[in-house]
Amino acid sequence: MKPITTITSTSVPLMKENIDTDQLIPKQFLKNILKVGYGKNLFYDWRYTAPNQPNPDFILNKPERQGANILVTGDNFGCGSSREHAVWALKDYGFQVVIAGGYSDIFYMNSTKNGLLAIILPEDQREFLAAAPSDAEITVDLPNQEVRYAGKAFHFDIDPLWKHKFVNGLDDIAITMQYEDQINAYEAAIPNFD
Amino acid sequence: MSQTMFDKIWDRHVITGKVGDPQLIYVDLHLLHEVTSPQAFEGLRENNRKVRRTDKSFATMDHNVPTKDIYNVKDAISKKQIDTLGKNAKEFGIRLAGMGHEDQGIIHVIGPQLGLTQPGMVVVCGDSHTATHGAFGAIAFGIGTSEVEHVLATQTIWQTKPKTMGIHVHGKMPHGIFAKDIIMGIIAREGVAFGTGYAAEFYGDTIKAMSMEERMTLCNMAIEGGAKMGSVQPDQTTFDYVAGRKYAPKHMDKAIDYWKQFYTDDDSAFDKVIDFDVSDLAPFVTWGTNPGMAVPVDQPFPEIKNDDDQKAYDYVGLKPGEKAPDIPIEFAFFGSCTNGRLSDLKIAADVLKGHHIAPQVTALVVPGSRTIKEKAEELGIDKIFKDAGCDWREPGCSACLGMNPDQVPAGVHCASTSNRNFQGRQGAGSRTHLASPAMVAYAAINGHFVDIRKEGVTE
Ligand code: SF4
Repeated sequence: MKPITTITSTSVPLMKENIDTDQLIPKQFLKNILKVGYGKNLFYDWRYTAPNQPNPDFILNKPERQGANILVTGDNFGCGSSREHAVWALKDYGFQVVIAGGYSDIFYMNSTKNGLLAIILPEDQREFLAAAPSDAEITVDLPNQEVRYAGKAFHFDIDPLWKHKFVNGLDDIAITMQYEDQINAYEAAIPNFD
Repeated sequence: MSQTMFDKIWDRHVITGKVGDPQLIYVDLHLLHEVTSPQAFEGLRENNRKVRRTDKSFATMDHNVPTKDIYNVKDAISKKQIDTLGKNAKEFGIRLAGMGHEDQGIIHVIGPQLGLTQPGMVVVCGDSHTATHGAFGAIAFGIGTSEVEHVLATQTIWQTKPKTMGIHVHGKMPHGIFAKDIIMGIIAREGVAFGTGYAAEFYGDTIKAMSMEERMTLCNMAIEGGAKMGSVQPDQTTFDYVAGRKYAPKHMDKAIDYWKQFYTDDDSAFDKVIDFDVSDLAPFVTWGTNPGMAVPVDQPFPEIKNDDDQKAYDYVGLKPGEKAPDIPIEFAFFGSCTNGRLSDLKIAADVLKGHHIAPQVTALVVPGSRTIKEKAEELGIDKIFKDAGCDWREPGCSACLGMNPDQVPAGVHCASTSNRNFQGRQGAGSRTHLASPAMVAYAAINGHFVDIRKEGVTE
C-alpha cells in the first residue's frame, strides 16, 4: 500500500446520512475478478439515469468536481452488506479520504485493509468543509491528525495501530510479516507424520 | 481449568497476541475456489508476493461449473473466473483439481475425500460452509477475500477467539430421521443467530454413533445457525475415515497419537451448553426464506408474527396453517456440500428404486465430486436415478446457488437437499424447501412432501 501522510486535494460534499454499500456499489457489479474497475459504477443508482446516461445533477458528474480525492459525507457511512467492493469502488474512483460522522464496523475494517483513510468529524465541522467551493483545497494531515481548510484546523482521532499502518503504507500482510521469525519457528515445530 | 477441543486446537496455533485481542493464528489447510480467490491473487501480484505454503493450499472449481457440459461455460464472467483460477494456480504453484480433473468437486466435499482435512487442523476457505471440515475435529471457518490474500501470503490469519458452545445431542434417531433433520431441528428451535459469536461443538451419544458423512452434514449447517464454526471431536470413526486417503498421513499411528490430545475435558469447559433430544424428532422441511423457517413435516406452518414472516409467505406463495405435504413440488435437487456425498445419493436411490418421479417434477442429481460420481456409477446408482426420470449430472455446486446454468425457475417450488433457502438463492424467484435426501426423494415421486416415517427408508 502507498503510505498516506498529507493529502491536499479538492473535495466532493455528499451530506447524506446512512449511505449503504448498495448505494456505493450495487450487487450487479460484484461479479468480477478484479479489485479495480468498480470506480465507474460508484454511486451507480444516483450517478446514472440509465446505462451510460450520467445524471448531470449528481455532484460526482459535475465537471468542476472531477479529480477530487476527498469525500465529505454524513453519518453511519458504509452500512448494509459487508461487501469489500464498496471500499474498492471508492478507491478506484480516486478517493483517498472519506470524512464522515461515523462508519459501520465492517466498512471501517475494510477501509483499513485497503488503504482508504476514513476520518470521523462532528457535523458542524463537516458542514464547514462541505461548503468549500469546488476549486478549494482541503488538507488532511495524518501525522498531526488534522484536517485544515480556510484557516481552520480540525483535530481527528485515529487508533495508533491504524495510523501506523497508513503512515508507513503497511498492509495487513506487511504487518504480519513483522512476525516472520515466529511464523518460521512455528512451522519448524509442526509435527510430520509422513 | 477444563478446556474444550476448540481451546486446545486454538492454543496450539497462536503465533502472537492475547485472548480478547485479534490473535495471529497459523493455518494448516487453505482451500480455494474460483469465486472468492481472483482478487486475492491479483493483490499478491500487485505487491510482488508469493504463496508462502503451496503445499498447504488446494484449489478446485465448483460454483460456476455447468454440470451438463462442463467444458462449455457459456456465461462470460463464470468463464473468466474459472480461467483465472487455472492461470493463478499455475503461476503461483498451487495444486488444482480443475475442470474434468479426477479430484474435482465441491471444495468442502473433496477436502475430506482427499484426506486433506484432518483432526487438530485450522482450515480456512473463502466460503462460509467451510464449517463442514469441523466434523473431523478441526477449527474450520469461512474468510473474506482480503483474508484469502493474507493467508496465501503468510499462512496465518488474524482472528479474535470466539466463545464456545456445546450442543449436546442425545437419543436414538427414529426411523426416517437423518443428520439433516437434527441440524434443521436445532436451527428451527434456536433460530438462525443462536450461534453468533460462538464456535459450536456437537457431542453426545447420537453424534458418537454417526458416520463421518453425517457429521459433515451437521457441521456444514452450523453456519445457518450463526456459528462460524461447528465441530465434532475426533474418534475412531474419524481416524478410520482419514486412513489411506490420497493426502492422509503415512504414519497414521503417530498422527492418531497427536490427534488424541484434542478432546474436550468435560462440558463445564463450554461457555454455553444447549441440549437436543432426537428420540422424538420428526423430519423437517423449510417453508420460508431462511433455514430457521422450518417445521416438522406433520405440523402446520406458523402464524405471521412479523414483517419477515409476511414477506417470506408472500415470496413462497404459501399460507399459515398449511403443511409441508401441501407444497406443490415441481423441482427436486439432490446435491451440494450438505448432502451430495455417496451415502446421501444411496439413500435417495433406495427410495427411488423401482419408482418414477411425478410427471410435473424436474429432478437434478449432482454428485459432490467426480470420485463420488464414479463410485455411484460403479454401484449402478446412476441407473436408478435415470430410470426414475432424474437428470444425472457432473459434479459441482449446481442448483445450490443460481450462479451456473442449473437454476430453479421463478415461482417453482423445489425440494432441495442443500442448505440455504434464501430469496433467489436457487435462481431468481425460486422457492426452496430444504429437507433430507430421503424426504426430497419421496417428494419427487409424489409431487409433494410425505411423512417418511410411515414409509420404507434405508438408514
Ligand atoms: S454446494 Fe452450495 S453451499 Fe456448498 S460450497 Fe457450493 S454453493 Fe456453497
